[in-house]
Amino acid sequence: MKESLIQYSLHLADNSLILGQRNSEWCGHGPVLEQDIAITNISLDLIGQARNFYQYSASLINQTIQPSNNPATEDTLAYLRKEREFKNCLLVEQPNGDWAQTILRQYFFSQYQYLLYQELQQSKDEQLAAVAEKSLKEVTYHLRWSSEWVIRLGDGTEESHQRMLKAIDELWRYTGEFFVAANYELRASSESFGVDVSKLKEPWTNKVKEVFSEATLAVPEKIFMQTGGKEGKHTEHLGYILTALQYMQRAYPNSEW
Amino acid sequence: MTIHAINKKAIYAYLEEIKDPEVPALSIIDLGIVRDIKMNEEEIEVIITPTYTGCPAMDMITATIKIELATLGFKKIKITQVLSPAWTTDWMSEEGKRKLKEYGIAPPNPKQQVCDQKLFAAAETVQCPHCNSYHTHRISEFGSTACKALYQCDDCKEPFDYFKCH
Repeated sequence: MKESLIQYSLHLADNSLILGQRNSEWCGHGPVLEQDIAITNISLDLIGQARNFYQYSASLINQTIQPSNNPATEDTLAYLRKEREFKNCLLVEQPNGDWAQTILRQYFFSQYQYLLYQELQQSKDEQLAAVAEKSLKEVTYHLRWSSEWVIRLGDGTEESHQRMLKAIDELWRYTGEFFVAANYELRASSESFGVDVSKLKEPWTNKVKEVFSEATLAVPEKIFMQTGGKEGKHTEHLGYILTALQYMQRAYPNSEW
Repeated sequence: MTIHAINKKAIYAYLEEIKDPEVPALSIIDLGIVRDIKMNEEEIEVIITPTYTGCPAMDMITATIKIELATLGFKKIKITQVLSPAWTTDWMSEEGKRKLKEYGIAPPNPKQQVCDQKLFAAAETVQCPHCNSYHTHRISEFGSTACKALYQCDDCKEPFDYFKCH
C-alpha cells in the first residue's frame, strides 16, 4: 500500500505544481491588472497544495526507505526528479497560449479538481483527506472564476468566441486522461485512500456541458484522447517547464534563498 | 493544574504579540490560527492551522513563534500544522475584525453569505471601512494577498481591501 500511496500523493502534488508553475508565467503579463492578480493568486494556491502533498510524500518516503544522508523533502521532490518521474496529467503542462487557452485549461482542471477533492475528503488516509478539505475551499474560487471567464469569452465577441473554439480544439484531447486510472489510482480507490476517477467522468462532462451551453460552445464528440502523463510519458512541454523550474537546484545544488 | 492553566494563558498573551506579517494589524490569535497549546515544564507544542494553503506568511509565523518561545526558556519547541478542520474567517476574533477595519481593511462578513455563490452572482455587500457606506462594488475577486478581494466605495470613491470570508 505504501508504494501506491506515495505515487498517488506525488501525482496529486505534480498536477498542482505544474499548473501552478504554468499560471505563474502570467505574472506581470496578464491582460489587465486584476486578472493578472487573479491568475497568480490561483497559482499560489496550487503551489500551496503541491507543498502539502510533497511534504506528505516526503514523510512517507522517509519512513519506507532506510534512513540516508539525503532524506526526501518537498524541495528534492519538486526540484530533483526527472521528467519521466513526474506523474501530472498532460493537460496541466500544456502551454499558456492566449488568455482563452489559459482560461479553458484552468476551467477543465478546476472542474475536475473540485469533484476529485470532494471525494478525496472521504479518504481513509487522514492527511490526504485534510489537504483535500482545505484545498477545496480555494478550488471553489478557481472554479467560479474560470467558469465565468469561459462564459464571458465564449459568449463574448466574435474574436473571443473564435479563440475559445481554438482553445477547445487544442485542449479537449487531454481531458480524457483525468478519468483513466493509472495503476496507483486503481490501488488507491480499491484501498479507499483515493478516488475512483472513472466515476468522475459523468458529473464532469455534465458540468462542462452546462457551462459550455451558457458560453454558446459545443462539447466535441468522439475525439481521440491522449494519455500517458500520469505514467510519466509526457508531451514535449514538460521538459521545458522543468528546465526553468529546476534550473537553480541543478546548477547550484543545495543553494538556498 | 491551576498553575498549568495560568501558564497557558500567559503563552497566549505572548502569542498575541506576534503579528501576521502580511496584515500587521492582526495578531495570530486574532486571526484564529492558533488552535491549541500543549506544554509541560520544558516542552511546548503549538498547534496552528494555515489560512490559505499557499500563504507565504505561514513559514515566517512559524519561525517567529519559535524565536519568541525560545526567549521564554522553552528548550523543546514544536510547531505542528493541522489542516483539518480547515481554517475559516469565522474563527477571527471580534477584536480582530475591529482592528482590521481601523487599519482600513473591511473585515470578513459572516460565512453563510457567500458559501454557495452562483456564477455571476452579485458580489456580497461589503461596508466601506473608511466612510461606513454600504454603497460599494467589487473590482476584483482576488486581491493583493490570497485572503483579500478588491472593492471600491461608490460614495467616498476610495478603493479598499476586503478580507474575504472563507
